[in-house]
Amino acid sequence: MADATLQHDAAVGHGLAGAYEAPLFGAYSKKVGMWLFLASDSLTFGALLFAFSYNRISNPAWPTPFAVESITNATIMTACLLSSSLTMVLGVLAARRGDRAWTRNWLLGTMAFGTAFIVLHGLEWTHLIDKGMTPFANPWAPSVPQFGGTFFTLTGMHMLHVTIGVIYLGVIAFRKWFLPVLAAIWIAGYFLIPADNVFHYGIHALGIGLIVSAIILFLKPKVYDAHDVEVSGLYWHFVDLVWMFIFPLVYLMSTKI
Amino acid sequence: MATPATIHAHAPQGFIRKYIFSLDHKVIGMQYFFLALTAVFVGMFLSLLMRIHMVWPAAVLPLVGEIKPETYLSLLTMHGTIMVFFVLTTAPQGGFGNYFLPIQIGAPDMAFPVLNMLSFWTTFVAFVVIIAAFFVTGGAPLHGWTGYPPLSAVQSAGPGEGLGADLWITSIAIFCIASLMGALNFITTTLDLRAKGMSLMRMPLTVWSWFITAILGLLAFGVLLSAGILLLMDRNLGTSFYVPLIVVNGQVLGHKGGSPLLWQHLFWFFGHPEVYIAILPGMGVTSQILSTFSRKPIFGYKAMVYAMLSIGLFGFMVWGHHMFMSGMSPYSAFAFSILTMCIGVPSAIKTFNWLGTMHKGRIRFQTPMLYAIGFVSLFVSGGLSGPFLAQPVLDIQLHDTYFVVGHFHLIMGVAAIFGIFAATYYWFPKMFGRMMNETLGRIHFFITLAGTYAIFMPMHYLGMAGQTRRYSQFTEVAYQAKLIPLQTFITYAAIITISAQLIFVINLFWSMFKGPKASDNPWQSTTLEWTTATPPPHDNFGGVTPVVNHGPYEYAVPGAPRDYVMQTDPVSASAH
Ligand code: HEM
Ligand SMILES: [Cu+2]
Repeated sequence: MADATLQHDAAVGHGLAGAYEAPLFGAYSKKVGMWLFLASDSLTFGALLFAFSYNRISNPAWPTPFAVESITNATIMTACLLSSSLTMVLGVLAARRGDRAWTRNWLLGTMAFGTAFIVLHGLEWTHLIDKGMTPFANPWAPSVPQFGGTFFTLTGMHMLHVTIGVIYLGVIAFRKWFLPVLAAIWIAGYFLIPADNVFHYGIHALGIGLIVSAIILFLKPKVYDAHDVEVSGLYWHFVDLVWMFIFPLVYLMSTKI
Repeated sequence: MATPATIHAHAPQGFIRKYIFSLDHKVIGMQYFFLALTAVFVGMFLSLLMRIHMVWPAAVLPLVGEIKPETYLSLLTMHGTIMVFFVLTTAPQGGFGNYFLPIQIGAPDMAFPVLNMLSFWTTFVAFVVIIAAFFVTGGAPLHGWTGYPPLSAVQSAGPGEGLGADLWITSIAIFCIASLMGALNFITTTLDLRAKGMSLMRMPLTVWSWFITAILGLLAFGVLLSAGILLLMDRNLGTSFYVPLIVVNGQVLGHKGGSPLLWQHLFWFFGHPEVYIAILPGMGVTSQILSTFSRKPIFGYKAMVYAMLSIGLFGFMVWGHHMFMSGMSPYSAFAFSILTMCIGVPSAIKTFNWLGTMHKGRIRFQTPMLYAIGFVSLFVSGGLSGPFLAQPVLDIQLHDTYFVVGHFHLIMGVAAIFGIFAATYYWFPKMFGRMMNETLGRIHFFITLAGTYAIFMPMHYLGMAGQTRRYSQFTEVAYQAKLIPLQTFITYAAIITISAQLIFVINLFWSMFKGPKASDNPWQSTTLEWTTATPPPHDNFGGVTPVVNHGPYEYAVPGAPRDYVMQTDPVSASAH
């Protein structure tokens, strides 16, 4: 995938193309950058997973409250993410073919699956919170507040990543036309979600995303090419992969039997 | 991660774009350098207050007044944090790495210039936030640079543990993000932007050291970030990751079941690589300078590279040696102990290669060289105590005593600072276009070297005699009272050494404006930064990309016209 003009953005900017060693991994800088970000992000998640496992092992009274509804819900969420990875792959392939319309369609599909995941997860959170589960308490094992703590940190961090991913894909696929949509969802969400629900405030993540996307699009109003789609795909698959660790650890290992 | 090609094509003109929000890696490098310079004076001032308080506990000091025990703990926390993060991590990597890594590989800039600017300004915000901790109610936190819970996780644990501690953790978290952005940029640049002919094994050892440091940073700071987020949650959301059932001031807090050791694991998984993040760039600079000023190729170039790589690799497997006293299983302690001692091997390889480089060299004892030799000396003196600490049996006695303080100040503190000094004296002509004053440089070197040993060597004896670390007052403890004369000696040495740093500052700023003009290659070095103008133009090489024909350290090449062959000299320049 190495593309001579992409490898050396910085050099090209100075009018100095050519005359460089081949990049070590045959990849252009943006792609290398994304891989490196994912490497560090996996350590960030790794630390949270370590914190989870450490607490889990040192607290024998760990509760196992997730009954059929929870597991079914989480399985559907998993299916959403897996399907979204498929649509993402198709999107990358379409972009590589130069097929703009289908790139957009597949990215839209990926975003739809991602959004479904977030909504289902949001409902699940709301449900658990209603039952009395918080970051510092839970109704099933009062002596193990870590159950709620680790659950909300891990899944919250992951949900944040998925949200960023959906916004990222939206910007790649629709550029500035995505901003009004984002703004609409943000404001609608704020008014539709009841004030006693965490997502009433959590939805402001979209507002922050809106501002950041607007700044990026203002500074660099370009049409995203196949490489940009590929790089966003790397991010998306990574977020997907992380869930494949969280799902069994957090849900399946705490199934009610 | 955008690279605004259009913006970047021409050197920006306005003051703000040129010096404040600059995308030029050279300007950003200078910004990091001056940030670290500011930070080091804050840190040094704090250490001076601590030393004075130790031997004259009743003294009322200017600016801070009487030092209460908790004031003392705030001082040591802020001293350690500022020094480790904003000096030892910032100057060698963010400062010199930013300035010279692209030039030394023949690149016009970093791979992601905007990201580079963002990482500096994020670091700057982190610095402002941590300094703010001094001024909030309750003052700065008490928990040391290592931030062990429960002290660091409980708001009511002490005066500085309220808002001050929140600011401390926030600052660290922001710093993590800044370092991650920087590391990503350094690695991508090294992988993708090497000029033709600059194969990996032709990269100067400085480039290798910044590259490996960046990899360590990329993998370590993410973990600290997570650990910090969890700590903030424990403090403000009532979670119990790190806090067990606990009674503070006679009051049972709501936490239960957490483990302070979880923090220690996460912190030291970051913390041990962090000590190498501080020292590796110094190793690179030392190699570069020893070779240049001995007029000899570096001894064992490849061995140096592999040694740094294995130090980086092992660095991630030894964090447990900070936790021997935490009640860990003796089997784990055994494994950590063996792995820790393994790091001694590549460290020794490097040391002997440095000696081998100087052996029979035609050594030029100019200030950069003096500092490089000083680095080797301190690295050995501080490193030798490492294998002692790495024995769990000995560490039971030595842990949390002044022995450890001596160990890490010699090796991490001052050795890394010597690396920074060496780099400053060596690269100053390229950065500012003028030479620094040799005489002042030498005076500064000898006072600093002698002072350093006078301060930190006795600490090993104090530690073995049982002097514990992080206590504010011991003048009234019987067995420790006997050690007061030695403590007083250290304090006097510290006052002299710290004052002597003024010589450096005067030299730095005087030379910046009044020093004699520097030629393009005053040290007769071989690497790419010396082939370009002084100071280098906006795109580093004035519209061309250099072509590299030689390794980085071709000194005294038989048959060559001069005693050194620049990396860009034509192939025929060396006759082998
Ligand atoms: C062969 C080399 C080394 C060995 C075997 C070694 C071993 C150790 C051990 C076992 C400790 C823990 C002592 C204790 O807390 O009881 C320690 C502390 C420390 N070492 Fe080293 N070390 C080595 C090299 C280095 C280097 C190269 C650096 C930095 C550049 C360094 C920086 C530190 C620091 C900062 C601490 C103390 C941290 C703290 O508790 O605040 N060490 N070392
Ligand atoms: Cu260590």
